Amino acid sequence: MEYFIQQLVNGITLGSIYGLIAIGYTMVYGIIGMINFAHGDIFMIGAFVALISFIIFGLIGVALPIILLLVLLIAMLFTACYGWTVEKLAYKPLRGSFRLAPLISALGMSIVLQNYVQVAQGARVKPMQPLISGGLEFFKNSEFIVTISYLQIFIVILTIILMGIFTYLITKTDLGRAQRACEQDRTMTALLGINVDRTISITFIIGSSLASVAGMMFVLYYGVIDFYIGFLAGIKAFTAAVLGGIGSLPGAMLGGLLIGLIETFWAGYVSLEYKDVAAFSVLIVVLIFFPTGFLGKPDIEKV
Amino acid sequence: MEKKDIIQSFKDSLFTGLIALALFGPIVGLRTASKGEGLFITPQWGVVFLLVGLCIVGRFLINLNSARKTEITFFSKFTSKFSAITEDKAKHFAITAILFAVVFPFLPFTDRYFMDVAIMILTYIMLGWGLNIVVGLAGLLDLGYVAFYAVGAYSYALIATTFGWSFWICLPLAGVFAAFFGILLGFPVLRLRGDYLAIVTLGFGEIIRIILINWYEVTNGPDGITGIPRPSFFGLPFKRSPDEGETSFHLFFNLEYSTMHRIIFLYYLILVLALITNYFTLKIRKLPVGRAWEALREDEIACKSLGVNPTNTKLTAFAIGAMFGGFAGSFFATRQAFISPESFTFIESAIIVAIVVLGGMGSQTGVVLASIFLIGITEMFRDLEQYRMIAFGGAMVLIMVFKPKGILANRKPTILMHGDKK
Repeated sequence: MEYFIQQLVNGITLGSIYGLIAIGYTMVYGIIGMINFAHGDIFMIGAFVALISFIIFGLIGVALPIILLLVLLIAMLFTACYGWTVEKLAYKPLRGSFRLAPLISALGMSIVLQNYVQVAQGARVKPMQPLISGGLEFFKNSEFIVTISYLQIFIVILTIILMGIFTYLITKTDLGRAQRACEQDRTMTALLGINVDRTISITFIIGSSLASVAGMMFVLYYGVIDFYIGFLAGIKAFTAAVLGGIGSLPGAMLGGLLIGLIETFWAGYVSLEYKDVAAFSVLIVVLIFFPTGFLGKPDIEKV
Repeated sequence: MEKKDIIQSFKDSLFTGLIALALFGPIVGLRTASKGEGLFITPQWGVVFLLVGLCIVGRFLINLNSARKTEITFFSKFTSKFSAITEDKAKHFAITAILFAVVFPFLPFTDRYFMDVAIMILTYIMLGWGLNIVVGLAGLLDLGYVAFYAVGAYSYALIATTFGWSFWICLPLAGVFAAFFGILLGFPVLRLRGDYLAIVTLGFGEIIRIILINWYEVTNGPDGITGIPRPSFFGLPFKRSPDEGETSFHLFFNLEYSTMHRIIFLYYLILVLALITNYFTLKIRKLPVGRAWEALREDEIACKSLGVNPTNTKLTAFAIGAMFGGFAGSFFATRQAFISPESFTFIESAIIVAIVVLGGMGSQTGVVLASIFLIGITEMFRDLEQYRMIAFGGAMVLIMVFKPKGILANRKPTILMHGDKK
């Protein structure tokens, strides 16, 4: 039982990270109908920016809460620049082209970003000393002590706050309305006087910022990053987005949590080596029985 | 050009510079390096300013150019002319290319390095043609094609090292295994649409790789399989000193021993395998099943109403594509004599899909051009090892931006009603 609770806590933490990345996938898919393959690498760049700023602030010596806030803002800002540029360079010229073109362009962009970071930052893994240590301990009398670290609490609370802001942005503001309109019918939205290009750019900026927060969490949680982390995290986050129903924002978060939990429980109870296999197998099974994911809208094929 | 335009484009390029500074500043400018216990930062501002400067100048030049309304770039003009030529004279082009490929090993400038590159290009051409059946003809985006390549390579390696059977028995067996896997994987997932199929196949590719790494008893894990037998020339091995009771290739034909013999043999082997793939594809396109693939690609609902079973039809495409992937895989295994899961990463799948799409989906000639172009680019950057993948990815983006339909777009149905060709 104690072991189960521990795994549950770990799974929710991991799921928060996946969920934040998955939102970027699902938003872009909803609005322009493409798999943004480079999104995992945007997450990786976010992690690198966060790592670099952690080191700089660590040298200057600022109080921990201020460091966290500053790093968060810096990572969001710089990573958003990457998201924006990638969209402008590789996807915008291909709008309205046939379906596979942006996908290939995104694959190319992903290869470029990965190798660019490898060249610029070196291929070695980058370790970082843990910043937030300690935690709360439960079930002290039993054999297995459940530990919820402050870091895990921080990650989950930050995710909840961001989700709150984000949901407000999408459901209550003009920007969110414009985004939802673009999702339904881009031509009609343009006719009604909304700048579609700008809306799409902003979508990429928001998606990248959320991914960079996930990147920062990843640095803090695992303490080790390299240029390759974007690939697997990206695929799993996409799996999460599909699992929850691609195009649906609560679905992305739900899918992220599910993938995080499945992975952790599989690693904890079945086998550590095959934890990635578990995530993909679940995806396949779910897609066969719920072809549009859990919360996706069924889409009607028309002749 | 007016003065206002120049000022405008100047402002624009300064803005580009600002963005470039934000992009390159942290990632390039502040290089992290481990020293002793922790990480330290080595600033590299020189490189950053160089890159930012390049961006500003580049943007300014592009702005000047587009202000003069010369938007039809040299590149797109060149390729459209090129595709017009190749489309008219497709047959002549094909024959010339095949003839060139046949005499290539005996040309005066051909050396070991050229042969190795040529074998690599031909392997990718064969994989491209195999995947073209799935992506180009049947319109199913498969991002895990490398799984079948891996299955072919591993089944060849395991059969050949365990039973010691010859290449010519193991090759078809490896193809059959790969096709079997194609059916096994395809059966549950082929009713999914487009992008979902893409991500599920990608997942399958990863699953196969993870199994190869972890199933130590059979695949020998990350260490891979060594000592895979080299192919022989119909029973004549390519060895300097053959074993007792054996005749080697150079002794049988009374030639001076040379390692090039084996390379040339491998070259012709992959050339023949690739041409078989091509011939098969060209023929099957005209058969009912091939026409059903093309019809399914264009309109699945119409096909269903006309009584075509989409799942079975897609499954045949998947299985046949997988079979050719398996053949290519066993060639790879016999050429390298060593395989490990390292060779079957997602990037390989991405390269093969890129070759098919960049070539223009469904175009056999396009696959050849795209393979030569993409592999050629990475070879040109050989001395700059770390930059080659950047160049490769950049080329993918550029081709898509300028020629979204690929180098040679070919979506015409193979057979039209009334045999109407033009």
